[in-house]
Amino acid sequence: MYFFDKLMKLDRRWIFLFLVLVCVITYVIPFQIPTLMEPEVKVIYDFIDSLPPGEIVMVAIDYDPNNMAELHPMTYTIVEHCWRKNLKVLITSLSQNGPGMADQALRDLSDSLRLDRTYNGKLFKGREIVRGVDYCFLGYKPYFALVILGMGQDFRLPFPNDYYGSPLDSLPMMQGVYNYDDVACVVDISGGNITDYWISYGQNRFNFPLALGLTGVMTAQYYPFLGSGQVFGIMGGLLGASQYEELADNPGLAKDGMRVQLYAHMVIIVFIVVGNVGFFMDRRKRKFQQEAR
Amino acid sequence: MEFSTFLWTTFGAFVTLATFSFLYKDNPFYKFAEHLVVGVSAGYFVIILWHNGLEPNLFQRLDDGSWYFLWLDSSRPWYLIPSLLGVMMWTRFSKNYSWVSRWPMALYIGIATGIAIPLEMANRVNKQLYATMSTIDWANFLGHGHFNLLDTASGLSQLLIFAGVISALVYFFFSKAHTGVFGGIATFGIWILMIGFGASFGFTVMARISLFINRVQYLDQNWIQNAFNTANENYSAWFQVVFWLIVLLIAGYIVRELVTYHKTKSKTT
Repeated sequence: MYFFDKLMKLDRRWIFLFLVLVCVITYVIPFQIPTLMEPEVKVIYDFIDSLPPGEIVMVAIDYDPNNMAELHPMTYTIVEHCWRKNLKVLITSLSQNGPGMADQALRDLSDSLRLDRTYNGKLFKGREIVRGVDYCFLGYKPYFALVILGMGQDFRLPFPNDYYGSPLDSLPMMQGVYNYDDVACVVDISGGNITDYWISYGQNRFNFPLALGLTGVMTAQYYPFLGSGQVFGIMGGLLGASQYEELADNPGLAKDGMRVQLYAHMVIIVFIVVGNVGFFMDRRKRKFQQEAR
Repeated sequence: MEFSTFLWTTFGAFVTLATFSFLYKDNPFYKFAEHLVVGVSAGYFVIILWHNGLEPNLFQRLDDGSWYFLWLDSSRPWYLIPSLLGVMMWTRFSKNYSWVSRWPMALYIGIATGIAIPLEMANRVNKQLYATMSTIDWANFLGHGHFNLLDTASGLSQLLIFAGVISALVYFFFSKAHTGVFGGIATFGIWILMIGFGASFGFTVMARISLFINRVQYLDQNWIQNAFNTANENYSAWFQVVFWLIVLLIAGYIVRELVTYHKTKSKTT
């Protein structure tokens, strides 16, 4: 009983400290854990992987720096996958703090695409990524609902120029590309309610294939849309990003973080079990004390 | 990495550690980081809105007009109408004229509602209802091809979704006492809801840990490794000086807190 009494009065900061130590130790020690595939992630990979070269994949980078931890690895791995497959990428960023991060990701990936790399046993020669040819970054416009509706008519309506100020008509990639009918799919990587608008105002109205990359907090909420066929795939949180990295044979920050996740979750589960046992023991003790009186 | 870049990286590391210091208790470092984030976000948002909203959507479209004619001589003067509506919104700050702001507000809400209602009805109600009422796949009841309880397209999953939706709705039906068979269905509904909340909680835990992992990756890969990366062509002793200054600052704060804690403890005993 004494142990559980002490446990119920334990300062929560000791739990924080213990969790920090577990996370840092598992981060420092290098080891691998297996990644189990979920069909809702694999279907996105298979869809993009099966596209013929030259097709356009639209990636909506709709998150702020506070969601960067979970969603930035998704952006990196999907855009790199597209470019290695010689697909073109059309990018928007409908979250106000997103354009800077999107620009950073594009510059980083353009650099890494210069190198020869082998993915899933296949060699991909390095090449120069050219703005306006391999990708077009539309940038940010406020009021995402209206922007999503506007792009359904013509991308030039909300975005006459790209993020860097070039008119869309002057970009080779955008010749003959007008609206969602001209893209193979839309992948919305989002950390907020913009996803609702992509489903309602985008997919529902214009009927294009839509896949979602979501933060962990949001993921469970969007599974009904997968069941109803309104979205064809979901990547949920860091796990979803690591699964895509595994499929694309391109391990990055997400896969690196999952081994820490494993042990952090184990610690949290242990604390939940111990806390509940302590709670019930405490309740039983009070009950006995009341009966004794 | 150049030294100036490393200084920014160090500042990022300092702000990261200052934010996490809140887990111990509220302190001036945390307050600084909190105010900085709010200030920078607001400032950044204003500039982004100016360059991506007002400038291309209003000023560039009226730029062939003259300000002394209030841009009425522009070839597209109708762009003045939304800008006027925008200005009318600001009358909310006046006690006497705040009623003026109701006009743009009414127009905005009217348009938004008109667009949203049919789309939301089709998206969140009709399509979800169709999916719930889909025919149960008896041929693949326990999974497609092989036994798989996690197969979301199996007949069992479809049956579970249907039963789960009905029982969860029954739980929220309060016009009849939750007793007998009705009570049993409502209890099953609670279990379904709890499983849903549990899934959300699990994902939330993963999200929060992900944020921490990302910061650890930043501190290690962007800050500590660069502080000791002698292979860097721009490397100098200043990299380590800055690094150790931050470490000393943190250590000093911890020592100060420990001393204060022991002083308070000895006073109370």
